[in-house]
Amino acid sequence: MSIILAAEQVSKQFGSHTALNKVSLEIPKNSIYGLLGPNGAGKTTLIRIINQITYPDSGSVYFDGEPLQPKHIAMIGYLPEERGLYKSMKVGEQALYLAQLKGMGKAEAKQKLKFWFDRLDIGDWWNKKIQELSKGMAQKIQFIVTVLHQPKLLIFDEPFSGFDPINANIIKDEILKLREQGTSIIFSTHRMESVEELCEYIALLHNSEKILDGKLSEIKRAYKNNIFKVGLETENGDDLLKELALTFQISDTTYDPQDRQLNFRVQLPSDDTRDFLAHIAARASINNFLETIPSANDIFIQTIQRKNLDE
Amino acid sequence: MSKLGLIIRREYLAKVRNKSFVIMTFLSPILMVGMVVLIAYLTKVNDSDKRVIAILNESSYFQNDFTITPSTSYVTFKGLSLEKAMDSTSNMGFYGLLHIPESSSLLTAAENSSFYTRDTPSSSVVDIIEDVFQERIREEKLESMGVSSAQYADIRDQYEIRTATFTGKVNVKGINEIKAIIGGGFGYMIMMFIIIYGGFVMRSVIEEKTSRVIEVIISSVKPFQLMLGKIIGNSLAGITQFAIWIISAALLMSALVVFLDIDPSGLNNSASMAGGGMSSLAPNPAADNATLQRYAEELFQIPWLMLISFFVLYFLLGYLIYSSIYAAIGAAVDNETDTQQFIFPIILPLMLAIYVGFFSVFNNPHGPIAVGFSLFPLTSPIVMMMRLPGGIGEGGVPFWQVLTSLVLLFGTFMGIVWLAAKIYRVGILMYGKKPSYKELIKWLRY
Repeated sequence: MSIILAAEQVSKQFGSHTALNKVSLEIPKNSIYGLLGPNGAGKTTLIRIINQITYPDSGSVYFDGEPLQPKHIAMIGYLPEERGLYKSMKVGEQALYLAQLKGMGKAEAKQKLKFWFDRLDIGDWWNKKIQELSKGMAQKIQFIVTVLHQPKLLIFDEPFSGFDPINANIIKDEILKLREQGTSIIFSTHRMESVEELCEYIALLHNSEKILDGKLSEIKRAYKNNIFKVGLETENGDDLLKELALTFQISDTTYDPQDRQLNFRVQLPSDDTRDFLAHIAARASINNFLETIPSANDIFIQTIQRKNLDE
Repeated sequence: MSKLGLIIRREYLAKVRNKSFVIMTFLSPILMVGMVVLIAYLTKVNDSDKRVIAILNESSYFQNDFTITPSTSYVTFKGLSLEKAMDSTSNMGFYGLLHIPESSSLLTAAENSSFYTRDTPSSSVVDIIEDVFQERIREEKLESMGVSSAQYADIRDQYEIRTATFTGKVNVKGINEIKAIIGGGFGYMIMMFIIIYGGFVMRSVIEEKTSRVIEVIISSVKPFQLMLGKIIGNSLAGITQFAIWIISAALLMSALVVFLDIDPSGLNNSASMAGGGMSSLAPNPAADNATLQRYAEELFQIPWLMLISFFVLYFLLGYLIYSSIYAAIGAAVDNETDTQQFIFPIILPLMLAIYVGFFSVFNNPHGPIAVGFSLFPLTSPIVMMMRLPGGIGEGGVPFWQVLTSLVLLFGTFMGIVWLAAKIYRVGILMYGKKPSYKELIKWLRY
């Protein structure tokens, strides 16, 4: 597995406020990497360091194996959360300007812009001014400008804000296509369902420190606590529950005597389910048995809360 | 094109294509010419608005002394009582009534005379009347001493001393003032340019902040490049505007002179007439020509090329210093209303420079205050420009002073741009709070 971007012990101080405290990250190539954390955790500072907008006080950042340097700016595309365009400039002119600032030639930029404008079906906007466009329309332009120079690394900070669900889906598909084409993507958002949907890797920042990172599926495995959802059919639900509660940790119980449906959650001591299943199979018929895997949202909240309790 | 070039181009085009820029650029010369025409017209109207003064002269003196002046004319009442005369004056809408009672001598006549008006009289009218009395009294007294009026006229000759430098060059009276006015014009232009175009730079920075385009841009270019591009682009727009102004104003003025047949010298005449007795002080035409010749020579001897080169140099350095401060202010705030507390301290040295220039440099271009302020970097572009029309070197600004001021200016420029860039870099990414001076200083250490 090769690494597109590595941060080693990166710290950044603003006056007396520590924005980043010895944060180390490794972002694998050709993946979508979720950068998560509560407001003020240091995500934006880290992203700005990667974009060389600010510089770390200590620690180092490597891009594709080389220490981060100005030439890498052209290889990174950044869609900031606080984004906008010059209101009184025409769409085409502005897109060309921003592309040229990323180091593209004028002819090349124009050709690629035409391609993207056609692809997102906005070809007739070229001579409009930004102030004539809706917010969602302006966001589309912004997206195109971010990806136009075919960067190796794309950084999206809340990319879906300002989009309606249809356009959000179009953009999501484009992001997935870009990954298929080999682009590495850093994805920062508070919308956990899109993390679940898109990210292979995540890192969680909290109070300027990294408190969790790795492959999302592995983190989930580590975070599952052997809780299972059980649905049984039994005539004697109350008695069965009482009996089970003696040996197992039971919660969220519901019992409907008429339907003879008993539902509950059980926490097992290990992920070995055989004893438990044998135990209940002898007493009732099993409708369903499902391991509850924590969502990214659960992991986020759980980790942060645990961290807050520790401190 | 380099990134800096791209930024300069965008900033320039954004400014020049702006509607208000186009309107201001083409409207200003028209306004300027309009103002000159208006002043000329008003002066004319003022001239024609003569005040009629009624005279009730019961004495035998001052019979032929009150003659029409550009702003007054006289009507004589005969055989009326003072009350009747006052009534008539007021009924007929005259400006006032001058009453000279019957007297045994000219002096007592003068002493007992009164001037009646409806309200407090205009001081220029009173001056004119007093002058007439004074002149006549003086003649009378001199005559009693045996001096004839011809002799008196002879005595009243104006005297001007010939002044020359040690090298024998003849000086012209008032040339220092003329030079100072030319220098003052340059200095004033520098101040206006700094304030107007510095403001443009500031607004452009604020616009980038409020439209949130700033973070997109600085993920591609360094904040310093952006700041510099902005400053240079706006200064080029300013130079374009000035060039258009100067060219079109000159064209319009000459067109007006040719087509409307306005005599430019007429302006001067009416100006001197407003001063009342000034015309009697004018030298005779022959001497006038020679003097004019010398003035023209002096004006040609003003080192224009040197002046314009230094104007460009001082303007550029001064503008760079101030507009980078403006850029830092724009970065520090979120909207224009928050800029007031920061702008005042910037304008202060500019105003100071103009005042010092007009009050001190005019009188003494090489005095200690003039020298001090023409070396101090925040005022030197303006004050030094006011001193420079006298030349550099012997008789003018010593060479070391020019050099020192430029070196100080350049050093300050480097320092201020460095500091401003630091505030700018932090400020452009700060939203939602109005920083205090204390915070700005903190930003310098980020």
